[in-house]
Amino acid sequence: MDLAEIARRLELETLYTDYAACLDSDALERWPEFFTEDCRYRVTSAENYEAGLPLGLIYATSQNMLRDRINALREANIYEPQRYRHLISGIRIEPPRTAGVSPASGDSPDLLKVTANFLVVRTMQDGGMCLFAAGRYVDRVARTEAGWKFARKDVVLDSRQIDTLLAIPL
Amino acid sequence: MAQQAFTWPKEGNARVPYRVFADPEIYRTERDCVFLGPTWQYLALADELPEPGDYKTTFLGETPVIVTRGEDGQIHAMVNRCAHRGNLVCLKQRGHAKDGLTCVYHAWRYDLAGNLTSVAFRRGVGGKGGMPDSFRLEDHGLKRLRTDTFAGLVFGTLSPDAPPLSDYIGNDIGGRIGRVMRGKPKILGTTSQILHNNWKLYVENVKDTYHASLLHTFFTTFRISRLTTAGGVAIAESGAHHASYTYGEQRGDNAASDQLYSQIHSLHEDYGLKDPRFLDSVDEIGDGITLQILSVFPNFVLQQIHNSIAVRLVLPKGPDETELQWTYIGFEDDDSVMTERRLQQANLVGPAGYVSMEDGAVGGFIQRAIPGAEEECSVIEMGGHEHAPQPTRATEASVRGFWNAWRPLMGL
Repeated sequence: MDLAEIARRLELETLYTDYAACLDSDALERWPEFFTEDCRYRVTSAENYEAGLPLGLIYATSQNMLRDRINALREANIYEPQRYRHLISGIRIEPPRTAGVSPASGDSPDLLKVTANFLVVRTMQDGGMCLFAAGRYVDRVARTEAGWKFARKDVVLDSRQIDTLLAIPL
Repeated sequence: MAQQAFTWPKEGNARVPYRVFADPEIYRTERDCVFLGPTWQYLALADELPEPGDYKTTFLGETPVIVTRGEDGQIHAMVNRCAHRGNLVCLKQRGHAKDGLTCVYHAWRYDLAGNLTSVAFRRGVGGKGGMPDSFRLEDHGLKRLRTDTFAGLVFGTLSPDAPPLSDYIGNDIGGRIGRVMRGKPKILGTTSQILHNNWKLYVENVKDTYHASLLHTFFTTFRISRLTTAGGVAIAESGAHHASYTYGEQRGDNAASDQLYSQIHSLHEDYGLKDPRFLDSVDEIGDGITLQILSVFPNFVLQQIHNSIAVRLVLPKGPDETELQWTYIGFEDDDSVMTERRLQQANLVGPAGYVSMEDGAVGGFIQRAIPGAEEECSVIEMGGHEHAPQPTRATEASVRGFWNAWRPLMGL
């Protein structure tokens, strides 16, 4: 691993750490800033993902749709106070194709495929806790002038079951 | 029996004692009298099982069921319990079993219609052991359900007393199923929710046309649906099934409607969408109805919310727990634009739905408030005391209809 690769890995680990901190500290207004303007964000189950079914429990095709999601959570939707604790680990960076951009995948040194595991513990206002979600992120991460951003994020849940509701994004 | 110490309130269907959502004895009676009783319950989309040998597993209430496409091309359904020692025969949610079904425990084999075809070591080994001569394969098949299909939806019942499916659903509700299920369905995905409440609290919520624009503030805020938009509720004569419907256009005076809502918490005038493309919908059916929520007693829901179409199955998992299963569909002749529209509008519903998120929680809120109130009743009087169809959604008529259908089955 050369120095450039080490630097990139540190940058991406920071991206995921900051992403988790944003969601877990209720800084939801900052959440869309982790994405590109024309991003795609989807929460689905492994069952749907492996069957190639396109459904998303949350399905957004722009950064503004993510902003709308947060506005709705703040202004319209009704749900009990709750917080998440994301544990993200096992970040894997697929090697970029240095021999040129693959037209099919769009991979380049500035657009990487990155996967990571997550666990999310949800704590309700009365102190009740549950292991709310486990799964992996299947992401495309783009290098932009403002740093690394998610161009695409598939949140692939191991379970098809959601306890009660999914309000705060994963 | 639960009924012995229990008399239904004199107000009839306009009062529901909270104990019916919490009492384990009522839950137990319900299993026999409702879920194993003379009701038809949704099992599958016929198109989920296209090939002979395809199967899926599901539940009739809490009773495990296998649904198959037989060699004869017909849909069959059986209780998922080996006739030998009661083991689950099919363990997977879905699969293909061209050569029939084999129980893993002692390798008893069944054909796709549930007939027992062979018993391992039936003649014993070396003339010792084995089944007695009196044992007849034909006496030991899987317990079979009656099945029938309506508009591509497969229903099943274990009761010989359930009327034919089309009579059970009736012409009015049947027509409203047909207007949605117009083509060959294509599954877009599935999800499920664990609700911490009795199954009937969710069914009441589905049938409650009164709450929609009050609890679900997203709708109201964007004038997507208010009780002041035109619509109504169709209800089967027995009260068992319902379909609420809303027309797309605001038919009337917005300002007057705003004033009606201005005293209610749910109106946020200054809230606008930054990217409203996900709400772009088309009148694909052509009758102007943009929302239709339909239920078939006891636990099936068909939803058309703009272009988001889904079937929901409400499965009891105990007196105070329910699994809500969603299957989102499009149709085979959808183009990519239509599919994208359905996926975008799926944001409105499901566990994270802009307008259905609250439904996952509100039943649990009621369930938590029941302790100490088992002898008290909810008040279900909006729109009067009857359960006749009404040309408004500011009514709880279809909730009363549910109880009108449930009570005779339960002897209450």
